[in-house]
Amino acid sequence: MAKTDYQLIILGGGPAGLTAGLYAARDRLKVLLLEKGVVGGQVLVTDWIDNYPGFPDGLTGSDLIDKMAAQAKRFDLQTKNGNVVKVELSEATKKLILESGEELTSQTLIICTGARPNKLGITGEEDLTGKGVSYCATCDGPFFRDQEILVVGGGDTAIQEADFLTKFASKVTVIHRRETLRATKVLQEKAFANERIKFIWNSNVIAIEGEKEVERVRIRNNDGEEKEIAASGIFILIGTIPNNEILPLAQLGADEQGFIVTDNEMRTKIPGVMAAGDIRSKNVRQVINGAGEGAVAAIAAEHYLSEQE
Amino acid sequence: MAGENVKHLTDAEFDEYVLKADLPSLVDFWAPWCGPCKAIGPVIEELAGEYAGKVQITKMNVDDNPTTPGKYSIRAIPTLILFKGGEIVDQVTGAVGKTQLVAMLNKTV
Repeated sequence: MAKTDYQLIILGGGPAGLTAGLYAARDRLKVLLLEKGVVGGQVLVTDWIDNYPGFPDGLTGSDLIDKMAAQAKRFDLQTKNGNVVKVELSEATKKLILESGEELTSQTLIICTGARPNKLGITGEEDLTGKGVSYCATCDGPFFRDQEILVVGGGDTAIQEADFLTKFASKVTVIHRRETLRATKVLQEKAFANERIKFIWNSNVIAIEGEKEVERVRIRNNDGEEKEIAASGIFILIGTIPNNEILPLAQLGADEQGFIVTDNEMRTKIPGVMAAGDIRSKNVRQVINGAGEGAVAAIAAEHYLSEQE
Repeated sequence: MAGENVKHLTDAEFDEYVLKADLPSLVDFWAPWCGPCKAIGPVIEELAGEYAGKVQITKMNVDDNPTTPGKYSIRAIPTLILFKGGEIVDQVTGAVGKTQLVAMLNKTV
Protein backbone atom coordinates (compact mmCIF):
# COMPACT_ATOMS: atom_id res chain seq x y z
CA MET A 1 0.00 0.00 0.00
CA ALA A 2 1.24 3.49 -0.86
CA LYS A 3 2.69 5.56 1.95
CA THR A 4 0.25 8.09 3.40
CA ASP A 5 0.43 10.76 6.10
CA TYR A 6 -2.21 8.99 8.15
CA GLN A 7 -4.02 5.67 8.38
CA LEU A 8 -7.24 7.51 9.17
CA ILE A 9 -8.42 11.09 8.84
CA ILE A 10 -11.65 12.12 10.53
CA LEU A 11 -13.34 15.10 8.97
CA GLY A 12 -15.27 17.04 11.61
CA GLY A 13 -15.11 17.15 15.41
CA GLY A 14 -18.65 16.81 16.73
CA PRO A 15 -19.76 13.83 18.85
CA ALA A 16 -19.38 11.40 15.91
CA GLY A 17 -15.90 12.61 15.00
CA LEU A 18 -14.66 12.75 18.60
CA THR A 19 -15.94 9.23 19.29
CA ALA A 20 -14.39 7.88 16.09
CA GLY A 21 -11.19 9.62 17.17
CA LEU A 22 -11.36 8.11 20.65
CA TYR A 23 -11.74 4.59 19.26
CA ALA A 24 -9.04 4.99 16.61
CA ALA A 25 -6.53 6.69 18.93
CA ARG A 26 -7.13 4.10 21.64
CA ASP A 27 -6.45 1.39 19.08
CA ARG A 28 -3.19 3.14 18.17
CA LEU A 29 -4.06 4.06 14.59
CA LYS A 30 -2.15 6.93 13.06
CA VAL A 31 -5.17 9.21 13.08
CA LEU A 32 -5.87 12.91 12.61
CA LEU A 33 -9.08 14.75 13.39
CA LEU A 34 -9.59 17.81 11.18
CA GLU A 35 -11.98 20.50 12.38
CA LYS A 36 -12.59 23.76 10.56
CA GLY A 37 -14.06 25.63 13.53
CA VAL A 38 -13.86 24.42 17.10
CA VAL A 39 -14.62 20.87 18.23
CA GLY A 40 -18.18 20.27 19.34
CA GLY A 41 -20.35 21.02 16.38
CA GLN A 42 -24.04 21.61 16.86
CA VAL A 43 -24.06 20.17 20.38
CA LEU A 44 -22.35 23.33 21.57
CA VAL A 45 -25.54 25.26 21.03
CA THR A 46 -27.64 22.81 23.02
CA ASP A 47 -28.56 24.32 26.32
CA TRP A 48 -29.16 21.13 28.22
CA ILE A 49 -28.85 17.42 27.43
CA ASP A 50 -30.98 15.09 29.50
CA ASN A 51 -30.89 12.03 27.29
CA TYR A 52 -27.22 11.12 27.04
CA PRO A 53 -26.78 8.07 29.28
CA GLY A 54 -24.18 8.13 32.03
CA PHE A 55 -25.08 11.65 33.15
CA PRO A 56 -28.08 11.15 35.44
CA ASP A 57 -28.41 14.85 36.24
CA GLY A 58 -28.01 15.99 32.62
CA LEU A 59 -25.36 18.47 31.48
CA THR A 60 -24.81 21.27 29.00
CA GLY A 61 -23.80 20.55 25.43
CA SER A 62 -20.45 22.25 25.91
CA ASP A 63 -19.70 20.25 29.08
CA LEU A 64 -20.44 17.02 27.24
CA ILE A 65 -18.11 18.03 24.41
CA ASP A 66 -15.38 19.00 26.88
CA LYS A 67 -15.61 15.52 28.38
CA MET A 68 -15.57 13.81 24.98
CA ALA A 69 -12.58 15.87 23.85
CA ALA A 70 -10.72 15.21 27.10
CA GLN A 71 -11.36 11.48 26.77
CA ALA A 72 -10.02 11.41 23.20
CA LYS A 73 -7.04 13.50 24.29
CA ARG A 74 -6.20 10.99 27.02
CA PHE A 75 -5.41 8.59 24.15
CA ASP A 76 -3.41 11.29 22.34
CA LEU A 77 -5.86 11.96 19.53
CA GLN A 78 -4.15 14.46 17.24
CA THR A 79 -6.42 17.29 16.09
CA LYS A 80 -5.84 20.05 13.58
CA ASN A 81 -7.73 23.21 12.75
CA GLY A 82 -8.14 23.50 9.02
CA ASN A 83 -10.72 24.07 6.34
CA VAL A 84 -10.80 21.34 3.70
CA VAL A 85 -11.68 22.75 0.29
CA LYS A 86 -11.31 19.62 -1.83
CA VAL A 87 -11.34 15.87 -1.34
CA GLU A 88 -10.05 13.34 -3.84
CA LEU A 89 -11.34 9.88 -3.09
CA SER A 90 -11.04 8.01 -6.39
CA GLU A 91 -7.70 6.36 -5.62
CA ALA A 92 -6.73 4.05 -2.76
CA THR A 93 -4.90 7.02 -1.21
CA LYS A 94 -7.46 9.57 -0.09
CA LYS A 95 -6.29 13.13 -0.51
CA LEU A 96 -7.58 16.23 1.30
CA ILE A 97 -6.61 19.73 0.22
CA LEU A 98 -6.84 22.49 2.79
CA GLU A 99 -7.61 26.16 2.20
CA SER A 100 -3.98 26.89 3.13
CA GLY A 101 -2.88 24.75 0.17
CA GLU A 102 -1.61 21.98 2.42
CA GLU A 103 -2.33 18.43 1.23
CA LEU A 104 -2.97 15.53 3.56
CA THR A 105 -3.18 11.88 2.57
CA SER A 106 -4.75 8.96 4.35
CA GLN A 107 -5.70 5.36 3.73
CA THR A 108 -9.16 5.79 5.19
CA LEU A 109 -11.54 8.67 5.83
CA ILE A 110 -14.50 9.09 8.17
CA ILE A 111 -16.78 11.93 7.16
CA CYS A 112 -18.39 13.60 10.20
CA THR A 113 -19.05 17.02 8.75
CA GLY A 114 -22.49 17.15 10.31
CA ALA A 115 -25.33 19.46 9.48
CA ARG A 116 -26.24 23.08 10.05
CA PRO A 117 -29.47 24.92 10.75
CA ASN A 118 -31.83 25.19 7.84
CA LYS A 119 -32.89 28.67 6.79
CA LEU A 120 -36.29 29.94 5.77
CA GLY A 121 -34.84 31.71 2.75
CA ILE A 122 -37.13 34.72 3.10
CA THR A 123 -36.73 38.48 2.78
CA GLY A 124 -34.86 40.05 5.67
CA GLU A 125 -33.56 36.79 7.09
CA GLU A 126 -29.94 37.18 6.04
CA ASP A 127 -29.70 40.94 6.55
CA LEU A 128 -31.04 40.75 10.10
CA THR A 129 -29.09 37.67 11.20
CA GLY A 130 -27.39 38.52 14.49
CA LYS A 131 -29.74 41.51 14.78
CA GLY A 132 -32.73 39.59 16.02
CA VAL A 133 -32.71 36.65 13.61
CA SER A 134 -31.07 33.72 15.37
CA TYR A 135 -30.51 30.01 14.92
CA CYS A 136 -29.17 29.45 18.46
CA ALA A 137 -31.41 29.96 21.47
CA THR A 138 -28.69 29.31 24.03
CA CYS A 139 -26.33 31.78 22.41
CA ASP A 140 -28.70 34.61 21.86
CA GLY A 141 -31.72 34.05 24.14
CA PRO A 142 -30.49 36.28 26.99
CA PHE A 143 -30.42 39.29 24.66
CA PHE A 144 -34.22 39.17 24.62
CA ARG A 145 -34.98 39.65 28.31
CA ASP A 146 -38.58 40.80 28.86
CA GLN A 147 -39.21 41.01 25.14
CA GLU A 148 -41.73 39.29 22.87
CA ILE A 149 -40.12 36.90 20.46
CA LEU A 150 -40.97 34.20 17.93
CA VAL A 151 -39.84 30.64 17.36
CA VAL A 152 -40.36 29.02 13.97
CA GLY A 153 -40.66 25.23 13.85
CA GLY A 154 -42.41 22.28 15.46
CA GLY A 155 -39.72 19.69 16.04
CA ASP A 156 -37.75 18.76 19.17
CA THR A 157 -35.29 21.62 18.85
CA ALA A 158 -37.94 24.29 18.27
CA ILE A 159 -40.10 23.19 21.18
CA GLN A 160 -37.26 22.60 23.64
CA GLU A 161 -35.72 25.97 22.84
CA ALA A 162 -39.10 27.76 22.97
CA ASP A 163 -39.36 26.53 26.55
CA PHE A 164 -35.75 27.59 27.26
CA LEU A 165 -36.39 31.05 25.81
CA THR A 166 -39.18 31.74 28.30
CA LYS A 167 -36.43 32.06 30.91
CA PHE A 168 -35.74 35.42 29.30
CA ALA A 169 -38.54 36.50 27.00
CA SER A 170 -41.86 37.68 28.40
CA LYS A 171 -43.70 35.87 25.61
CA VAL A 172 -42.63 33.28 23.06
CA THR A 173 -44.90 32.61 20.11
CA VAL A 174 -44.27 29.41 18.20
CA ILE A 175 -45.20 29.61 14.54
CA HIS A 176 -45.69 26.22 12.96
CA ARG A 177 -46.78 25.37 9.44
CA ARG A 178 -48.91 22.40 10.56
CA GLU A 179 -51.54 22.00 13.27
CA THR A 180 -49.64 19.42 15.30
CA LEU A 181 -46.10 19.33 16.60
CA ARG A 182 -43.51 16.78 15.55
CA ALA A 183 -41.64 17.21 18.86
CA THR A 184 -41.52 14.35 21.33
CA LYS A 185 -44.41 14.07 23.82
CA VAL A 186 -42.50 15.13 26.93
CA LEU A 187 -41.36 18.34 25.26
CA GLN A 188 -44.86 19.08 23.94
CA GLU A 189 -46.40 18.64 27.39
CA LYS A 190 -43.88 21.01 28.92
CA ALA A 191 -44.48 23.62 26.23
CA PHE A 192 -48.28 23.42 26.43
CA ALA A 193 -48.07 23.85 30.20
CA ASN A 194 -45.86 26.92 29.90
CA GLU A 195 -48.05 30.03 30.14
CA ARG A 196 -45.50 32.18 28.34
CA ILE A 197 -45.65 30.06 25.19
CA LYS A 198 -48.35 30.71 22.60
CA PHE A 199 -48.88 28.93 19.30
CA ILE A 200 -49.84 30.06 15.83
CA TRP A 201 -50.73 27.01 13.75
CA ASN A 202 -50.89 26.38 10.02
CA SER A 203 -48.80 29.43 9.23
CA ASN A 204 -45.55 30.32 7.51
CA VAL A 205 -43.33 33.31 8.08
CA ILE A 206 -42.95 35.08 4.75
CA ALA A 207 -40.83 38.12 5.61
CA ILE A 208 -38.76 39.57 8.46
CA GLU A 209 -38.73 43.34 8.69
CA GLY A 210 -36.90 46.08 10.59
CA GLU A 211 -34.57 49.00 10.05
CA LYS A 212 -31.47 48.06 12.01
CA GLU A 213 -32.93 45.25 14.06
CA VAL A 214 -35.90 42.91 13.80
CA GLU A 215 -39.11 44.83 14.47
CA ARG A 216 -41.85 42.63 13.00
CA VAL A 217 -42.52 39.62 10.78
CA ARG A 218 -45.20 38.88 8.24
CA ILE A 219 -46.93 35.52 8.33
CA ARG A 220 -49.37 33.82 5.99
CA ASN A 221 -51.72 31.05 7.08
CA ASN A 222 -52.73 28.08 5.00
CA ASP A 223 -55.89 29.91 3.87
CA GLY A 224 -53.71 32.64 2.37
CA GLU A 225 -54.47 35.29 5.00
CA GLU A 226 -51.55 37.50 5.90
CA LYS A 227 -50.81 39.41 9.07
CA GLU A 228 -48.02 41.26 10.83
CA ILE A 229 -46.62 40.38 14.23
CA ALA A 230 -44.40 42.70 16.24
CA ALA A 231 -41.32 40.97 17.65
CA SER A 232 -37.73 41.89 18.45
CA GLY A 233 -36.38 38.41 17.86
CA ILE A 234 -37.10 35.39 15.71
CA PHE A 235 -35.47 32.02 16.34
CA ILE A 236 -35.54 29.82 13.26
CA LEU A 237 -35.34 26.18 14.33
CA ILE A 238 -36.60 24.21 11.34
CA GLY A 239 -34.23 21.30 11.03
CA THR A 240 -30.87 20.94 9.43
CA ILE A 241 -29.15 20.67 6.07
CA PRO A 242 -26.02 18.61 5.42
CA ASN A 243 -22.53 20.10 5.36
CA ASN A 244 -21.72 18.34 2.09
CA GLU A 245 -20.37 21.10 -0.14
CA ILE A 246 -16.91 19.58 -0.59
CA LEU A 247 -18.07 15.98 -0.89
CA PRO A 248 -18.40 13.96 -4.12
CA LEU A 249 -21.98 12.92 -3.40
CA ALA A 250 -22.60 10.75 -6.47
CA GLN A 251 -19.45 8.77 -5.79
CA LEU A 252 -20.20 8.36 -2.07
CA GLY A 253 -23.93 7.72 -2.38
CA ALA A 254 -26.40 10.27 -1.03
CA ASP A 255 -30.13 10.71 -0.50
CA GLU A 256 -32.30 13.40 -2.12
CA GLN A 257 -31.49 15.93 0.61
CA GLY A 258 -27.76 15.38 0.19
CA PHE A 259 -27.14 13.29 3.31
CA ILE A 260 -24.70 10.41 2.81
CA VAL A 261 -26.07 6.89 2.57
CA THR A 262 -24.05 4.16 4.30
CA ASP A 263 -24.46 0.49 5.15
CA ASN A 264 -24.76 -0.77 8.74
CA GLU A 265 -21.01 -0.53 9.19
CA MET A 266 -21.12 3.19 8.19
CA ARG A 267 -19.36 2.39 4.89
CA THR A 268 -20.08 4.56 1.85
CA LYS A 269 -19.86 3.32 -1.73
CA ILE A 270 -16.17 4.27 -1.78
CA PRO A 271 -13.95 1.61 -0.18
CA GLY A 272 -12.17 2.98 2.88
CA VAL A 273 -14.53 5.94 3.26
CA MET A 274 -17.08 5.93 6.08
CA ALA A 275 -19.61 8.50 7.28
CA ALA A 276 -21.04 9.01 10.77
CA GLY A 277 -23.27 11.43 12.64
CA ASP A 278 -25.64 14.05 11.29
CA ILE A 279 -24.18 13.95 7.77
CA ARG A 280 -25.62 10.42 7.39
CA SER A 281 -28.96 9.75 5.81
CA LYS A 282 -31.17 8.68 8.75
CA ASN A 283 -34.28 9.58 10.69
CA VAL A 284 -32.89 10.16 14.17
CA ARG A 285 -30.26 12.82 14.81
CA GLN A 286 -29.29 12.62 18.46
CA VAL A 287 -25.92 12.94 20.19
CA ILE A 288 -26.12 9.32 21.29
CA ASN A 289 -26.44 7.78 17.84
CA GLY A 290 -23.91 10.22 16.38
CA ALA A 291 -21.39 8.99 18.94
CA GLY A 292 -22.38 5.36 18.35
CA GLU A 293 -21.94 5.72 14.62
CA GLY A 294 -18.51 7.26 15.17
CA ALA A 295 -17.47 4.14 17.06
CA VAL A 296 -18.83 1.82 14.36
CA ALA A 297 -17.10 3.85 11.63
CA ALA A 298 -13.74 3.71 13.43
CA ILE A 299 -14.03 -0.06 13.71
CA ALA A 300 -14.95 -0.27 10.02
CA ALA A 301 -11.83 1.76 9.20
CA GLU A 302 -9.72 -0.68 11.22
CA HIS A 303 -11.25 -3.65 9.39
CA TYR A 304 -10.53 -2.03 6.05
CA LEU A 305 -6.93 -1.30 7.06
CA SER A 306 -6.31 -4.86 8.22
CA GLU A 307 -7.78 -6.22 4.97
CA GLN A 308 -5.37 -4.06 2.95
CA GLU A 309 -2.25 -5.32 4.71
CA MET B 1 -9.54 30.68 32.83
CA ALA B 2 -7.99 33.84 31.50
CA GLY B 3 -4.44 33.76 30.28
CA GLU B 4 -2.33 36.74 31.21
CA ASN B 5 -2.33 37.97 27.62
CA VAL B 6 -6.10 38.37 27.41
CA LYS B 7 -7.42 41.56 28.91
CA HIS B 8 -10.93 41.35 30.36
CA LEU B 9 -12.60 44.63 29.53
CA THR B 10 -15.36 46.48 31.32
CA ASP B 11 -17.76 49.05 29.84
CA ALA B 12 -15.88 51.77 31.73
CA GLU B 13 -12.53 50.80 30.20
CA PHE B 14 -13.72 50.28 26.64
CA ASP B 15 -13.23 53.77 25.16
CA GLU B 16 -9.81 54.28 26.67
CA TYR B 17 -8.47 50.79 26.07
CA VAL B 18 -9.96 50.00 22.65
CA LEU B 19 -11.14 53.11 20.81
CA LYS B 20 -8.18 55.30 21.76
CA ALA B 21 -5.57 52.58 21.47
CA ASP B 22 -2.61 52.78 19.12
CA LEU B 23 -2.74 49.06 18.43
CA PRO B 24 -5.70 47.31 16.81
CA SER B 25 -7.91 45.51 19.32
CA LEU B 26 -9.88 42.32 18.91
CA VAL B 27 -12.82 42.17 21.31
CA ASP B 28 -14.47 38.82 21.98
CA PHE B 29 -17.98 39.52 23.26
CA TRP B 30 -18.96 36.47 25.28
CA ALA B 31 -20.96 35.18 28.25
CA PRO B 32 -20.53 32.25 30.60
CA TRP B 33 -23.81 30.63 29.49
CA CYS B 34 -22.81 30.43 25.83
CA GLY B 35 -21.39 27.08 24.73
CA PRO B 36 -19.77 28.27 21.50
CA CYS B 37 -18.17 31.18 23.42
CA LYS B 38 -16.60 28.71 25.81
CA ALA B 39 -15.42 26.62 22.87
CA ILE B 40 -13.48 29.47 21.26
CA GLY B 41 -11.95 30.57 24.57
CA PRO B 42 -8.73 28.56 24.08
CA VAL B 43 -8.35 29.95 20.54
CA ILE B 44 -8.53 33.50 21.92
CA GLU B 45 -5.86 32.61 24.49
CA GLU B 46 -3.57 31.28 21.77
CA LEU B 47 -4.06 34.34 19.60
CA ALA B 48 -3.25 36.60 22.54
CA GLY B 49 0.11 34.88 22.88
CA GLU B 50 0.86 34.91 19.18
CA TYR B 51 -0.19 38.51 18.53
CA ALA B 52 1.27 40.05 21.69
CA GLY B 53 2.59 43.50 20.80
CA LYS B 54 0.71 43.54 17.49
CA VAL B 55 -2.98 43.27 18.37
CA GLN B 56 -4.62 43.71 21.77
CA ILE B 57 -6.68 40.58 22.34
CA THR B 58 -9.51 41.30 24.74
CA LYS B 59 -12.75 39.80 26.02
CA MET B 60 -15.89 41.45 27.31
CA ASN B 61 -18.51 39.62 29.34
CA VAL B 62 -21.82 40.91 27.96
CA ASP B 63 -23.72 40.02 31.13
CA ASP B 64 -21.55 42.24 33.31
CA ASN B 65 -21.12 44.92 30.65
CA PRO B 66 -24.35 45.62 28.75
CA THR B 67 -23.52 49.11 27.47
CA THR B 68 -20.85 48.36 24.87
CA PRO B 69 -22.68 45.37 23.29
CA GLY B 70 -25.80 47.58 23.12
CA LYS B 71 -23.87 50.35 21.39
CA TYR B 72 -22.73 47.91 18.68
CA SER B 73 -26.17 46.21 18.36
CA ILE B 74 -24.79 42.84 19.41
CA ARG B 75 -27.64 40.36 19.74
CA ALA B 76 -25.70 37.17 19.09
CA ILE B 77 -22.57 35.79 20.66
CA PRO B 78 -19.78 34.98 20.33
CA THR B 79 -19.24 38.13 18.28
CA LEU B 80 -15.67 39.16 17.62
CA ILE B 81 -15.00 42.71 16.51
CA LEU B 82 -11.66 44.04 15.34
CA PHE B 83 -11.20 47.75 16.07
CA LYS B 84 -8.52 50.03 14.68
CA GLY B 85 -8.29 53.77 15.21
CA GLY B 86 -11.66 53.76 16.97
CA GLU B 87 -13.47 52.16 14.03
CA ILE B 88 -14.72 48.66 13.30
CA VAL B 89 -12.57 47.09 10.61
CA ASP B 90 -13.91 43.54 10.72
CA GLN B 91 -16.54 41.54 12.55
CA VAL B 92 -17.56 37.90 12.79
CA THR B 93 -20.24 36.04 14.73
CA GLY B 94 -20.15 32.36 15.71
CA ALA B 95 -17.62 29.80 16.86
CA VAL B 96 -15.20 30.33 14.00
CA GLY B 97 -11.91 28.48 13.80
CA LYS B 98 -8.44 29.77 14.47
CA THR B 99 -7.53 29.78 10.78
CA GLN B 100 -10.35 32.22 10.00
CA LEU B 101 -9.43 34.51 12.89
CA VAL B 102 -5.76 34.51 11.92
CA ALA B 103 -6.75 35.49 8.37
CA MET B 104 -8.91 38.30 9.76
CA LEU B 105 -6.09 39.63 11.97
CA ASN B 106 -3.43 39.35 9.27
CA LYS B 107 -5.47 41.50 6.89
CA THR B 108 -5.21 44.37 9.36
CA VAL B 109 -1.85 43.89 11.05
